[in-house]
Amino acid sequence: MTDTEVVVVGGGSTGCGVARDLAMRGVDVTLVEQGNLTHGTTGRMHGLLHSGGRYAVSDQSSAQECIAENRVLRDIADHCVEMTGGQFVQLEGDPDEYFEEKLAGCRECGIPVEVLSGQQAREEEPYLTKSVKRAIRVPDGAVDPFRLCVANAASAEEHGARIETHAEVVAVLKNGTQVTGVEVRHDSGPGKREHRRAGERETITADHVVNAAGAWAGQLGEMAGADVAVRPSKGAMVVTNCRQVDTVINRCRPKGDADIVVPHEATAILGTTDVEVDDPEDYPEEQWEVDLLIDELSKLVPILGEARTVRSFWGVRPLYEPPGAATEDPTDITRDYFLLDHADRDDLAGLTTIVGGKFTTYRLMAESVADHVCGKLGVSADCKTADVPLPGSEDFSVLREYMDEFGLRSPVGRRSVQRLGSRADEVLTTDGPNPVLCDCEAVTRAEVRDAIEGSGTDLNAVRIRTRASMGNCQGGFCCHRMAAELHPEYDESQSREALDELFQERWKGQRHALWGEQLSQAALNYALHATTMNRDRDPAEGDGTLDFGRFDSGAPNRPEETEARDGD
Amino acid sequence: MAIEDDVVVVGGGLAGMVAALAAARQGAGVRVLSHADSTLQSASGLVDVLGYPAAAGDRNAVASGRGSEAVGERPAENGVGDGTTENGVGDGTTENGVGDETTENGVGGGTACGPVADPFDAIPDLPERHPYRTVGVETVREALALFDEATGNLYRGGHTDRNALVPTHGGTVKPTARYPATVAEGLASDDRPTLLVGFETVTDFDAPLAADHLRAAGVPFEVRGATVRFPGEFRADAARTRLADALDANERVERVRDGGGRGAGGSYSTTLPARRALAAAVEPHLDGAERVGFPALLGQHETEAVLADLEAELGAAVFEVPTGSPSVPGMRLAGALRRACREAGVRFTTGNPVVNYETTGNGEQDGEIAAVRVDRNGATVPFHAAEFVLATGGLVGKGVDSDRESVREPIFDCHVPHPEDRYDWFADGAFGDHPFARFGVAVDDDLRPLDSAGDATFPNLRAAGAVLGGYDFAAEKSGSGVSLATGLAAGRAAAREVFQ
Repeated sequence: MTDTEVVVVGGGSTGCGVARDLAMRGVDVTLVEQGNLTHGTTGRMHGLLHSGGRYAVSDQSSAQECIAENRVLRDIADHCVEMTGGQFVQLEGDPDEYFEEKLAGCRECGIPVEVLSGQQAREEEPYLTKSVKRAIRVPDGAVDPFRLCVANAASAEEHGARIETHAEVVAVLKNGTQVTGVEVRHDSGPGKREHRRAGERETITADHVVNAAGAWAGQLGEMAGADVAVRPSKGAMVVTNCRQVDTVINRCRPKGDADIVVPHEATAILGTTDVEVDDPEDYPEEQWEVDLLIDELSKLVPILGEARTVRSFWGVRPLYEPPGAATEDPTDITRDYFLLDHADRDDLAGLTTIVGGKFTTYRLMAESVADHVCGKLGVSADCKTADVPLPGSEDFSVLREYMDEFGLRSPVGRRSVQRLGSRADEVLTTDGPNPVLCDCEAVTRAEVRDAIEGSGTDLNAVRIRTRASMGNCQGGFCCHRMAAELHPEYDESQSREALDELFQERWKGQRHALWGEQLSQAALNYALHATTMNRDRDPAEGDGTLDFGRFDSGAPNRPEETEARDGD
Repeated sequence: MAIEDDVVVVGGGLAGMVAALAAARQGAGVRVLSHADSTLQSASGLVDVLGYPAAAGDRNAVASGRGSEAVGERPAENGVGDGTTENGVGDGTTENGVGDETTENGVGGGTACGPVADPFDAIPDLPERHPYRTVGVETVREALALFDEATGNLYRGGHTDRNALVPTHGGTVKPTARYPATVAEGLASDDRPTLLVGFETVTDFDAPLAADHLRAAGVPFEVRGATVRFPGEFRADAARTRLADALDANERVERVRDGGGRGAGGSYSTTLPARRALAAAVEPHLDGAERVGFPALLGQHETEAVLADLEAELGAAVFEVPTGSPSVPGMRLAGALRRACREAGVRFTTGNPVVNYETTGNGEQDGEIAAVRVDRNGATVPFHAAEFVLATGGLVGKGVDSDRESVREPIFDCHVPHPEDRYDWFADGAFGDHPFARFGVAVDDDLRPLDSAGDATFPNLRAAGAVLGGYDFAAEKSGSGVSLATGLAAGRAAAREVFQ
């Protein structure tokens, strides 16, 4: 008797998608993730919901999958998707042939397109450069990968799955040539993460293990004794403080760095670079990448040259090549996904690896994994994930109407309901007052508490669920407010440690945006936390030897206290 | 007709107002030009002089205990970008911003870095180009004396040279030299049992959490926290200033009370003056506490009366815990200093930014500053004077600006020493030893900004406050003190030149 039927390793979009799919088919699933949900590539992508246009020339089968899944996600994940539309923009001097190829490719793949004149393109996107020659309009969109991933995990849990975050796989268990489970190391014990709670190891036996570890899939394969040649490739993204564009702007030319701007919530995300790295955990985040994105993309949208950027982040693409391909340039490695049946491939039963692929097609990838695993387990059940909406996307349109009920001012209410979708009612109905904790992103106490309920003391998990601390101030004004919500359920030292962790995480990305307004903001945050709160010299973090008696205890003769008056 | 004053001070924050006051007290005709609200509105209202010896980069387990990212990795090489060699006196290029303090103090000042009990003792040990060293410890004392006199009853702490430890809204304590009278009953070296009171909608101060934190910091008194609803019907996002107004006016507010046991007749409402209603909400939590701390919103104008009424109702001492923006104590301080300035004859012209300047000479570098120009809806208006004080603030107040390539002082284009590579402007940990925290103009002994060659940029321009480089006010807790001392010195020097 095993602990669970299937262990899924990896809490990114693919892993969560696999867990949901299997759970909906009645399979008992346990998902383990070394960090937060979205810890890897999912949490570090540009938020593009592909129309398929980007692959319409180079990889038409991927393009076709993208447009199909694009339509599915609009249905099942409405509250995670914003259909902004997109343009492939040709500038004066960009090759005509490529534009024509792109147009033809889109049509061949069934991607709805429309050709815009330069003038029409600029009417839609006034900040485009005047040297726009023409553009192809495509149904690109923006998607919140955090929300989508969390919703998949929540759905899986609703269907009986166990989701363990902060549970790193330290060994793959085998019995001869049969994989029989995994051993994990919990950061803070099973269940929700709690700072300052001791971790432990746990053995989880299973009939089948799915390796959905993304950029870490090679390392997991190695633990099992299988060679999985993941070729991690890093990409940088720069986040601006407002939406310079309202549609996805792609440069229409053959593949290259720095050719896309995605409007995302209240920001725009500039992407990206493509450089192979050795270690998905440890690679250089470089200044040239930030400068390249700004300089190159301001040729497309000139105001980006002056834009305030709030941070930059890097993601690692889990690219995969079948043995023997040995592509030189990582930008030439296929973006296709691969399902590796290790029983066939390595004579290692009970293990399946899913690698490569794209965020937009995560559901399709999950479906093929679930089909495969169900085949192995002898389960016959149909996939439902393309038809059943995710938690938050049920009856969404109805809810837009009555956000006033929650007593929130309209921009706050609107943004809360957009994030929460059909969960708004459940989350925002509170007994006490519901003040805004994060002003930049309009996140209220109720939403933060709901996220804490889901994720314990991990404020970065709260952040990705709510967007709190992701705006202009990068947490300067709200990190401590978020941490305060942990107390008294969690004790003061846990709250303090969670605050420090979030504050440091927010600082990390901001370091790549420290000039102009954001340097001023950083100096203000530093002043608020170090000067006003004295968090940098917190005596509670010290050795406890602060001699209070050496300091002023008040004037010897306090001024006489005024007698009570009856002024009312 | 040209506008002409003896002294024009650019910037209306702490340094600017003190400079104006000091110059006016010497008989000069002074005008303050200020654009937006100063950073006083965002600061706690505490007047720090020196809380810690200059940073050594080993502050706090926060930064160092996280393992992967080391703090203060590149100590000494930071000055490199500037292309200057070793610092001599008056060179002011490498030394002022960046590297050498790190090395210097990493050795000597290091261990555990507890707070400084007597800031005046510690000042002589600061790096040579620290603004305190430039003006001298006597000037710091004189500046505090001026401050005490100008703020009158509003501030305490002048009875001793020692720092006080004041509870912060984050639950720590921090060393400060002067504190608002409203904070006086809350000092951490006082052992009376304490109740902290927070409000459901005042999200920057969680009283039970702050109380637990203070206990973890080892304070010598018993402390508990309670969260209550601020009496009256206020929106959940009502500003702290709105709540302060309600206490100022002692508005009558609805008070809903439970009518006894559950289901026994529901609830009834009554109206009470806001102060009494607040005391009534707090009273059930008192439980022997001899002093009660609230987030700093106990009235913007009638603060003394608000405190007195609360103390009378509660039978306990009442104090405020300072917060960040919007800071009611900061606003009170700004108001008090503005009054003192006005009484001394200082004129204020507010609401428009100073954008550039005119010189007397032909070549910019040769002459003196003849006027600064204010932008008024696109038109520029010159303000003439004999002497000028630059008190526009640092990075926070935007007296120091930057882009991807460089750091500059935007009005006079004074030289701001900084490493060439912007990735050398910060440390890797959030509380690391940040070079950016020391960005600002370098000055000579008379506070005149120096150009890149180390010469005074203009003979009649002096700088004061956070626009000065060479110190990290956040790490040292020295921001207000530097503003006061350099403001006094710059204002006095300007007046001296006027009458020479």
